[in-house]
Amino acid sequence: MDLILEGLITAIKLLWALDPEVLGITWLSLKVSGIATLISVGLGVSTGMIVALTRFPGKKFVVSIVNTGMGLPPVVVGLFVTVFLWRNGPLGFLDILYTPTAIIIAQSVIATPIVMGISIAALQNLPNKLRLQILSLGATRMQMVLMLVREARLPLMAAVMAGFGGVISEVGASIMVGGNIKGYSRVLTTATVMETGKGEFAVAFALSIILLFLVFLVNYIFTLIQQRERPR
Amino acid sequence: MTDNILTIENLKVEFGGVSVLDIPSFCIKEKEFISLIGPNGSGKSTLLLALSRLLKQVGGRLFFRSEEIASRADALRYRRRVSMVFQEPLLFDTTVYRNVASGLKIRGLGSHEIRERVTRYLACFNIEHLAHRSARKLSGGESQRASLARAFAMEPEVIFLDEPFSALDPPTRHALTDDLEKIVRETGITTLMVTHDQSEALRMSDRIAVMQDGRIVQSGTPLAVMNNPVNEFVANFVGMDTILEGKVLKNGQGFVTVAVFDKEIDALGTAETGDCLYCCIRPENVTIELTDPDDLTSARNVFPAVIRDIFSVGPFLKVVLDCGFNLTSFVTREAFAVLDLKEGMNVFASFKATAVHLIPCRK
Repeated sequence: MDLILEGLITAIKLLWALDPEVLGITWLSLKVSGIATLISVGLGVSTGMIVALTRFPGKKFVVSIVNTGMGLPPVVVGLFVTVFLWRNGPLGFLDILYTPTAIIIAQSVIATPIVMGISIAALQNLPNKLRLQILSLGATRMQMVLMLVREARLPLMAAVMAGFGGVISEVGASIMVGGNIKGYSRVLTTATVMETGKGEFAVAFALSIILLFLVFLVNYIFTLIQQRERPR
Repeated sequence: MTDNILTIENLKVEFGGVSVLDIPSFCIKEKEFISLIGPNGSGKSTLLLALSRLLKQVGGRLFFRSEEIASRADALRYRRRVSMVFQEPLLFDTTVYRNVASGLKIRGLGSHEIRERVTRYLACFNIEHLAHRSARKLSGGESQRASLARAFAMEPEVIFLDEPFSALDPPTRHALTDDLEKIVRETGITTLMVTHDQSEALRMSDRIAVMQDGRIVQSGTPLAVMNNPVNEFVANFVGMDTILEGKVLKNGQGFVTVAVFDKEIDALGTAETGDCLYCCIRPENVTIELTDPDDLTSARNVFPAVIRDIFSVGPFLKVVLDCGFNLTSFVTREAFAVLDLKEGMNVFASFKATAVHLIPCRK
């Protein structure tokens, strides 16, 4: 209990003192995971929509691949991204291994199937004839897609939350491709792992509490957006 | 084609290589109310979807006010001049007001006109008090009213209704039918409605089209379709409970006598001696008497009969009689009580020669 209490006090002290290192780590975590979530939403929702709204041979196979991707182990993603970005790897010329950009790439790979899988389920869950009804109102295809997205906005927002939650809390890929470099590529999860390893439990607790608070805050904002405009 | 608002030529639709719609030609006149009837799977809903250009046609041409709807741009312009209501209300997850306004917004109307139209059509369908309620919290009848208001608010030139009342309970259905009939008559919108309810079709339609296996097998006034079906299938579908196959024994003076089993049925019509005919008789045209009415009735066909079965059909009782052939009669509950009819009872069945509709047998 003392450890937890000490962690709480340390966290408050670190935040109260606006510790530049902790603030830097927190900001980098938010930035990296935020960008990765945005990329995954862009890719996941659009491709999810194509998969959900079109008929093609092998659709079930594609959906099952996406669903498998929802449980992609971060260390496996970390391994593949590392190999791709390695100096001799196919994308080695980019020279971005052990940078925040590499973390964004790895986190995007983790979050995209999550967002895509939930988007597919959300859109397929809409009534079959809703598309026809929207078209019969005189909608163009683009208007139809936007109206379908609006209809599926609750589960789609859940997809965004799941994607963000998946990447802000992952550690394996971030540490493998980011390198946990102080002041450069250190994020909350990798810092927590490091501090725990060093036996600095109070600092580790402090970082965990900040991480939990951050996840709660972001999800609270998403929830407010998700639940707004709900008529009585 | 001039007074036809919609015309189709050689419309063919296939699903997975199987033909589900094959209509050589069909026209809908301005301000006409047509009911499409037919068994499940006969292609009624598919025809509506094809007519509203929501389905890829395999072949055929669609003309709206004499102009062919050929390209995707034509189809979009056309869809903005018609509207469709499905069996399910398919409302959006927002307020009733916004649902009714949705089609108008899509079509780019100004906010003032949207407000005016939405208010007007909410009032037309008696749901103005629900304007700001969530569409998710409406009853079945209220949802379908909102769906109809959404379709009518667009003031389409043609409206397609795909069994809009089939999921509603009878009182709600009747109330909504009344309102719909009133609005359609007032606005004069050309309407094509799929229905399984023949009384609804009879009441509202200028014309009834009967579909079978993706084809329109008969199209005509409600009276013509109900009383003069073109074939055995239509006769059966429109409630001609008694369909008897027989051979013409004699003819003359506008009457024919048809041998059915060992009985003779007189019918109004012409046919050659020896021709094979179906004699179709509606149950409401068959009268049951306890004594031989031979001298008291103008009916040319009187047969002693035994009551085989009695079923309850809404306000009537359906009595199946054995006259040497099976004959069905509808009896009101009052008449049934007065006559004290029972299964196995000996009675007399009579029907007029004019009540027999003759259809040539298929070769």
